[in-house]
Amino acid sequence: MTTSTQPRGRPEAIRAVPVRHPGRWLAAAVIAVLVAMAVNTLVYNPRFNWPEQFQYLFAPPVLTAVVNTIWLTAAAMVGGTVFGVVLALMRMSPNPILRAASWFYLWVFRGTPLYTQLLIWGAIGALFPTVSLGIPFGPEFVTWQTQALISAAIAASVGLILNEAAYMAEIVRAGILSVDRGQHEASGALGMTRMQTMRRIVLPQAMRVIIPPTGNETIAMLKNTSLVAAIPFYELTFAAQNIYARTYQVIPMLIMAVLWYLALSSILMIGQYYLERHYGRSERTPTVARDQAGE
Amino acid sequence: MSDFMVKAEQVHKSFGRLEVLKGIDLQVSPSEVMCVVGPSGSGKSTFLRCINHLEKIDAGRLYVDGELVGYRQRGDKLHELHEKEVAAQRREIGMVFQRFNLFPHMTAVENIMEAPVQVRRESKAEVRQRAGELLDRVGLADKATAYPGQLSGGQQQRVAIARALAMRPKLMLFDEPTSALDPELVGEVLEVMKQLARDGMTMIVVTHEMGFAREVGDSLVFMDDGIVVESGNPREVLADPKHDRTKAFLSKVL
Ligand SMILES: Nc1ncnc2c1ncn2[C@@H]1O[C@H](COP(=O)(O)OP(=O)(O)O)[C@@H](O)[C@H]1O
Ligand SMILES: [Mg+2]
Repeated sequence: MTTSTQPRGRPEAIRAVPVRHPGRWLAAAVIAVLVAMAVNTLVYNPRFNWPEQFQYLFAPPVLTAVVNTIWLTAAAMVGGTVFGVVLALMRMSPNPILRAASWFYLWVFRGTPLYTQLLIWGAIGALFPTVSLGIPFGPEFVTWQTQALISAAIAASVGLILNEAAYMAEIVRAGILSVDRGQHEASGALGMTRMQTMRRIVLPQAMRVIIPPTGNETIAMLKNTSLVAAIPFYELTFAAQNIYARTYQVIPMLIMAVLWYLALSSILMIGQYYLERHYGRSERTPTVARDQAGE
Repeated sequence: MSDFMVKAEQVHKSFGRLEVLKGIDLQVSPSEVMCVVGPSGSGKSTFLRCINHLEKIDAGRLYVDGELVGYRQRGDKLHELHEKEVAAQRREIGMVFQRFNLFPHMTAVENIMEAPVQVRRESKAEVRQRAGELLDRVGLADKATAYPGQLSGGQQQRVAIARALAMRPKLMLFDEPTSALDPELVGEVLEVMKQLARDGMTMIVVTHEMGFAREVGDSLVFMDDGIVVESGNPREVLADPKHDRTKAFLSKVL
């Protein structure tokens, strides 16, 4: 009775000879040798000077630099995103003057190296020795010395923000363009203005497209902050240079900076993973609408 | 209130060199249900979109409730309205799209509340109650917190109708509201529209549902190639079309 569902019994399981992968073994051998060599150097080459590195890793001047690197990254990304949204909206505005201005801005800031831009911000005091508040081409009411007003911190943040805004503008624009035209029409037909439509309807939906590249930009920014040594502003790479200028421990200090950058970018990558998982969810997308509109 | 809810006089509209509307004349009285039929590409959607100024007309005049759409007349000169003024005109006109166009990041009740709260600045509590009543009216009281992606096409379209009604429009425009639906879902949407017509709403409905036109329509307009070929009482036009193009079209869809 019990055999009625399996009249002929279960056939014998297949035990085939697996395909050989000699390449894998070769690769493993090569990598193993390379790793052994690297470990050997790291451990036995005294010029890495590990004791000194560990001494500096959490030294107060290094920690200050780490904190500066972190807030500079945050400020550059927040400022760059806000200004980038403005530039993207200008770029898509019906006003041709705003469109042209935004295009010109992107052309300049994306067409020149960040390092050069930062050098200019560091030297801005030479170009405009004083900053005044007054009527354009008319009388001036208050005047400041530029060098006193614009500290290295401000020059560094402004330099990074203005550059990042140009890249974020393109990311935001791609996000806005990814939203279905019908969304603009539906909110327009309800009597919403273009700005209300952007803020309430389009930008929230554009986030799915905007967030992942913004994560990449943040990680890139963490590393780009090292360029503000051009201003000069005291961040992680600059701190390492500062220390080895005194101690001549060049490689150990740079490796210390590398360890810190790796730690910080790892944290950002983990954050990015969760953000992408969050925005990658599909349960809120109108799959039914897309299926039904068989056009 | 003016004599006509919608009055079109020689409305022309071109996209580049393609003339889509070639002089449309028609009137819709308050509480009238006008059905618009015609072959694909004849300019039906374009005409509806002109009525709430999603498209600008090139020539002629278009009035909603006695007011010129999109322009202000001073002497014999037309002045374009400011974006805010156009938005104010659109508030009074509800529109339902073929592809629903619900906001996918908002629940059904949030979709309905969005415009009254953001545009009319009404109190949230009041609007939430009205949204609940509207959902009840379209038979979706239990779907308030569902996202559009979790609803069937027919349910989405009923939420879209409720969303438009939440602004208390004096005119409703429907652009093939059932064309994107599976056949078994068409009835539930038409039922909601019939109820709306019985409640006295002024409606212009672009549709291929001749049964709906016959049963609910007060008038029927047959459009072809950017002009109104024939219009009149739906039952009479459908039973005895006068024009050859109308006959040819109806023989294909009936
Ligand atoms: N935004 C547009 N730009 C260019 N051509 C358009 C646009 N909208 C509609 N058309 C054209 O106008 C004609 C009429 O379209 P439409 O009003 O959608 O017709 P219907 O709704 O009757 O099918 C079509 O040939 C269509 O390709
Ligand atoms: Mg159409």
